[in-house]
Amino acid sequence: MMSDRVKLIAVPIVLAVLAAAPLALGTGYWLGLATTTLMFALLAQAWNLLGGYGGQFSFGHALFFGTGGYVTAVLQVRLGVDPWTGLVAGTAAGAAVGAFCGALSFRYGLKGSYFALVTLAFAEVFRILATSVPFTGGGAGILIPLKVSAGNFQFADKAGFYYAVLILFAISLLVTLAVERSRFGTYLVAVRENEAAAAALGINIFRVKLGAITLSGALAALAGVFYTQFYLYLDPHIAYGAGISVEALLAPIIGGLGTLFGPLIGAIVMRVLGELAHGWTGGAPGLSLALFGLLLIIVLRFLPDGIVGLIARLGRRRHA
Amino acid sequence: MNASILVPALVNGLTTGAIYALVALGLTLIYGVLHIINFAHGSVLMLALYGVYFLNTGLGIDPYLALPIAVPAFFILGYVLQRGVIEHTAHGRDQNILLVTLGLSIIMDNLALYFWRSDTRTIDVPYGFDVIDLGVALVPVPRAVAFGAALAIAAALWFLIGRTDLGRAIRAVARERQGARLMGIDVEHIYGLCFGIGTAVLAAAACLLLPSFYVTPQVGHAFVLVAFTTVVLGGMGSFTGALAGGLILGVVEAAGGLILGESLGQIGIFVIFILVLLFRPTGLFGGKPA
Repeated sequence: MMSDRVKLIAVPIVLAVLAAAPLALGTGYWLGLATTTLMFALLAQAWNLLGGYGGQFSFGHALFFGTGGYVTAVLQVRLGVDPWTGLVAGTAAGAAVGAFCGALSFRYGLKGSYFALVTLAFAEVFRILATSVPFTGGGAGILIPLKVSAGNFQFADKAGFYYAVLILFAISLLVTLAVERSRFGTYLVAVRENEAAAAALGINIFRVKLGAITLSGALAALAGVFYTQFYLYLDPHIAYGAGISVEALLAPIIGGLGTLFGPLIGAIVMRVLGELAHGWTGGAPGLSLALFGLLLIIVLRFLPDGIVGLIARLGRRRHA
Repeated sequence: MNASILVPALVNGLTTGAIYALVALGLTLIYGVLHIINFAHGSVLMLALYGVYFLNTGLGIDPYLALPIAVPAFFILGYVLQRGVIEHTAHGRDQNILLVTLGLSIIMDNLALYFWRSDTRTIDVPYGFDVIDLGVALVPVPRAVAFGAALAIAAALWFLIGRTDLGRAIRAVARERQGARLMGIDVEHIYGLCFGIGTAVLAAAACLLLPSFYVTPQVGHAFVLVAFTTVVLGGMGSFTGALAGGLILGVVEAAGGLILGESLGQIGIFVIFILVLLFRPTGLFGGKPA
């Protein structure tokens, strides 16, 4: 859709615009909204690596998000480890859980709907474990003590959190770009398009998928780490609940599956729509998520390539 | 562990399992014929429970007497969902179908949350606390009714699919869609009918469930993975498998709760689900996948 050269120019421009955004958004409510938008864009970018490029739809990305969040939280609260080390440990744990879940699922050839369901079941198992074991704080959740300092991954102003999540998001964007341009990325797309043909060409399907889920798990865990530091609280229902898993897959599908900017565009559209719904209803719960569901069905019905595909189509029409 | 705790827990597990089986029967029909993993199944059950709830609180209709109202209404709802939404949105791709039904379930759950709030609602029926004494265990009447009805509905579905002309057409479509179309079967109509029957079974499940259960906008979540587990365990598309799978899961859950405690006990179902998917995706009783 977008040529390689355009992408190499577009990435720094998009990141520069995002870096300048606080100038326009001020330091209040809107900056907070932009922060959570980027956090979900990061999670969506993680999902997109496996689901968009690799065609393996996970319904349980909360598994990785929650693992990243809990590792950071538990290390800090129970063992006094600083959150930056926690970030590294949490990301590694997300990658490890991704590799474990992927090794089992792909070794036994789970595909399509079966893979989606098994990821959902894994997330549920972890949710129940997080509720039941003592060191996570159980169903009541875990609170991170307030201790504001950059060394402690807690910032005095909203801009600090915004730039932190922007850096994490930029990492995910660059990782995606690198995957796109690599041999591994080409293999991954080949596996998505036609597994049998890819295997016939000598691609090791299992290893390619395993690589994708490991990378995806690490990036999703990064989003979970940020969530924990931003809200200073985590419980099993948030961390491993269906809500996060659904958020992770909605944005890339709405924005454009297997595209570099799809997750970001999807996340922005969803947040804006969510805000509008919030305004119309005075904050009654439910309506914004119902709108996301409707948007999902509309996109599936009319825009198989998401909003990015729509933009590309409109662009082509103008040039024609 | 002594038998005076174990036996009632297992009997209780069997009656819960019958309800799981009931919910799974519709799911397995939809999967067996349409090859659709209907993610909205739990949400439709939730809607049906609200329907039965409001018939009871608004019009004073007993849940069991609501059967002839709820079942046709949900048959129509299912038919319309399949013909009006899913058929046009799926573009013939498996993953799209899964996503469309996910979208439907998000819409249903959250509209329910918006209109009815997250309050847990229950109804009062005169027989709600009546029990039948089996000697070894006491079984609440509503649960005994649900148990019997689950068996009856499984038998009715088996008869419908196995012994009627409609059933023959459904099996033809499930086996060989193009061939069925060439024989003059309206494939899209059959798909709609199957989805309708699948959701109608949920309406029946709701009528049987509500006297001994509750309804919240999230209640579908409690059932959806259990229903998938039941279907996978019993073999996708098999009615007797769904029945047996449901009963097994009910007992596993009861035993798990007894041994591991209430919160960790639920884990058994999901672990079984993962293990069966990984090692025996055709189910315990299944032969070749459909």
